[in-house]
Amino acid sequence: MSDLSLETEQATIAVRRRFRGFDAIVLTLVMLALWQAIGSWTQGVAISPPLQTLVYLVSLLRTWMFWDHAAATLEAFCLAFMLSALIGLALGLIFGVRRFAGEVAEPILAGFYTIPKVTLYPVVLLLFGLGMSAKVAFGVMHGLVPVTLFTLGAVRNLPPVLVRTARALRLSPGRTMRWVLVPACLPDIVNGLRISFSLSLLGVLIGEMFSSQRGLGFLLVNGMAQNNVPLSTAIVTVIVAIAIAANTLMLRAGRRFARRPEAVAR
Amino acid sequence: MRWRHAALIVRSAILAFLIVLLELCCRAGFIDSLAVIPPSEMIASMVDQIRSGELNASIATTFSTIFIAFLLAVVLGTAIGALIHRWSRLRDVADPLLASYYSVPTFIFYPLLVALLGLGKAPLVVLGILSAAPAVVISTLSGLDSVAPVLMKLSRVHRLTPAQTLWWIVLPAALPHLFTGFKLALSYALIGVIAGEFILSGTGLGYAISYAYQSFDNRTMYGAMLFVLLVAVTANGILYVWEGRLARRRSRG
Amino acid sequence: MSGQAQVQLSDVVRRYGGPSGLQALGPVNLEIRSGEFFSIVGPSGCGKSTLLDVAAGLVAPTSGSVRFEGKELHGEVPDGIGVVFQEDASMPWLSVRDNVAFGLRTSGLPKKEVADRVDHAISFMGLAQFAGHYPAQLSGGMRQRVCIARTLVLRPRLILLDEPFGALDQQTRLLMGDELLRLWRETGATVLLITHALDEAAMLSDRVGVMSARPGRFIDMIDTKWPGDRDSRIVSDPKFGALTARLWSSLREESLKTMGRVA
Repeated sequence: MSDLSLETEQATIAVRRRFRGFDAIVLTLVMLALWQAIGSWTQGVAISPPLQTLVYLVSLLRTWMFWDHAAATLEAFCLAFMLSALIGLALGLIFGVRRFAGEVAEPILAGFYTIPKVTLYPVVLLLFGLGMSAKVAFGVMHGLVPVTLFTLGAVRNLPPVLVRTARALRLSPGRTMRWVLVPACLPDIVNGLRISFSLSLLGVLIGEMFSSQRGLGFLLVNGMAQNNVPLSTAIVTVIVAIAIAANTLMLRAGRRFARRPEAVAR
Repeated sequence: MRWRHAALIVRSAILAFLIVLLELCCRAGFIDSLAVIPPSEMIASMVDQIRSGELNASIATTFSTIFIAFLLAVVLGTAIGALIHRWSRLRDVADPLLASYYSVPTFIFYPLLVALLGLGKAPLVVLGILSAAPAVVISTLSGLDSVAPVLMKLSRVHRLTPAQTLWWIVLPAALPHLFTGFKLALSYALIGVIAGEFILSGTGLGYAISYAYQSFDNRTMYGAMLFVLLVAVTANGILYVWEGRLARRRSRG
Repeated sequence: MSGQAQVQLSDVVRRYGGPSGLQALGPVNLEIRSGEFFSIVGPSGCGKSTLLDVAAGLVAPTSGSVRFEGKELHGEVPDGIGVVFQEDASMPWLSVRDNVAFGLRTSGLPKKEVADRVDHAISFMGLAQFAGHYPAQLSGGMRQRVCIARTLVLRPRLILLDEPFGALDQQTRLLMGDELLRLWRETGATVLLITHALDEAAMLSDRVGVMSARPGRFIDMIDTKWPGDRDSRIVSDPKFGALTARLWSSLREESLKTMGRVA
């Protein structure tokens, strides 16, 4: 029964794979066509059509101004993401290991996640003023919780048999951590980091939209204010491209970690 | 059991402590009164605004927008999810899209929506749907996936019609996942609509907060903010508890 | 036990993936008499479960025919057949009572009759204490009993079981085997049991069919000639050892073939 179903399953997968490339191309064309349709129907008032956007984007990438803004966003984002990751991992580990603390903290974190954080923005602005620290604060505000929650979950859901196995093999605590616990938690942690990446970026962009004179978020808002539609469309395209690329990369990385066998004593 | 109750008590104590701490810091002047007002003032402001009816129009607008967005997101999301589940080719195309969807900040499309649909309820509803529907699609897919194949065989042994199979086997089996989707849909619709109102709108709670901020009216702003936070936390909290009850009966008993 | 064949498989072949696809089963010729307890043993992957699916009408044969009580089946399950699956098919969102009553939802029977049958099936399977519990609160063995009770309320004339006790420990299995015999005697239904446990087949059945490795065909058919009132204590009968030995000698080579393929 077992290898029968496996063989038929492999046959179906092969068939589906054949279509996948074709379907992806069709989908891309459909989305481009939709974009073009909306762009021309609104006569470039809301969004500029793909080709025009591409041309504008190419010329934009040649300007020093663009890269200056991009650097500002990158700087704020890196800081925000790193803070979210480090603090999140630490908190997640603590809350995962110390069960009671985790039990207390988790609903608070989950609750924070469901709040429309946009309503807290004025508070951040009032506390941090305008500029870099507010941007980073926004980013951390958005990116901290996913890492914490996912890490907490990963540590808490470790199968006890792994710890018992490590003890039976008489591994030192360091090795237990490195060879058993960390690899076991890695897939969930990578997932948390992946989500945190997108959210930290979102937070930083929003911060730039509200409280900064530099950055891609500012460019976007500026473009809209000046009715420079190709500019705002180009910026949106850049943001979307970066977000999807990063997300896909991290998804693949996460899958690779999940497939690795538990690294117990070599 | 006692564990959970103990956690609840400790959690409430910690939150209460933090609120009292904030109150004292504000009153004592450690925190700039131009930045943050004491919690007691926030509560007073919120109560005043509700009593006087100032907020009524905003509440009506925002809640109705969220509700419409939520309903449409649920209906569309479930339908699309069921469709995708049926055709595996469609699913192969949709899966990577869904996996990357929430990595893109939806609010950047909001000005586009306003340019397309004008400055009214419509772009907010669409924004709400765009935020909420994919979560419903994803959870519908995982819900339908979770129906054990043996149950579908069972439906044929009992010679059920497709409608009976759907109503008596597929829906109950998928319900926990579907419910999670609905919970997320409400959460995201709420966030999407209020964010939209805050960024660019003429009415609603989000706009009220934004307007108060820009008018340097901190008291009104904090009052409205507190109200929004309480609504969000309560609504999600109720759904979360409900979801837990549903899951508990089926998994551990 | 009437002499008429209740289930007839004639030259049944089952392929997956089209006419040139993988042949899972066949050609198989089988006749099961009404009221008989018939078991099938075979190496893993030989198509035993496929045979059960074909006999139940869950799956149509690629070629050949299946007949139940004289009528040919075309991929639809006829009235009068009950199936107990290998996997746990209890519905986690219904209580034991509602699970058992599930089969009668479409029957159109009056409420009292439904309640009576459900109560009878529940107590017959020893679940009376747990009627209000949910499957998640029960052990694997009890959940299978729920599934069997659910099949019982329909008063099937043919009961098909696909390795129903596979997930249970040996002792529970032996006791469940006794339950199955009791059920068989009291309902007078025909039983077709698929199992990989040779001792189970040997002690429970009137007849045992041994299947070859894939594509499965019958390579041996053994009449046990056990008395009708048997139970698990029949293991002490010397014939039991001889039976099991004969089953294994037929089966061993086929199993080795399968192992080689998998490994």
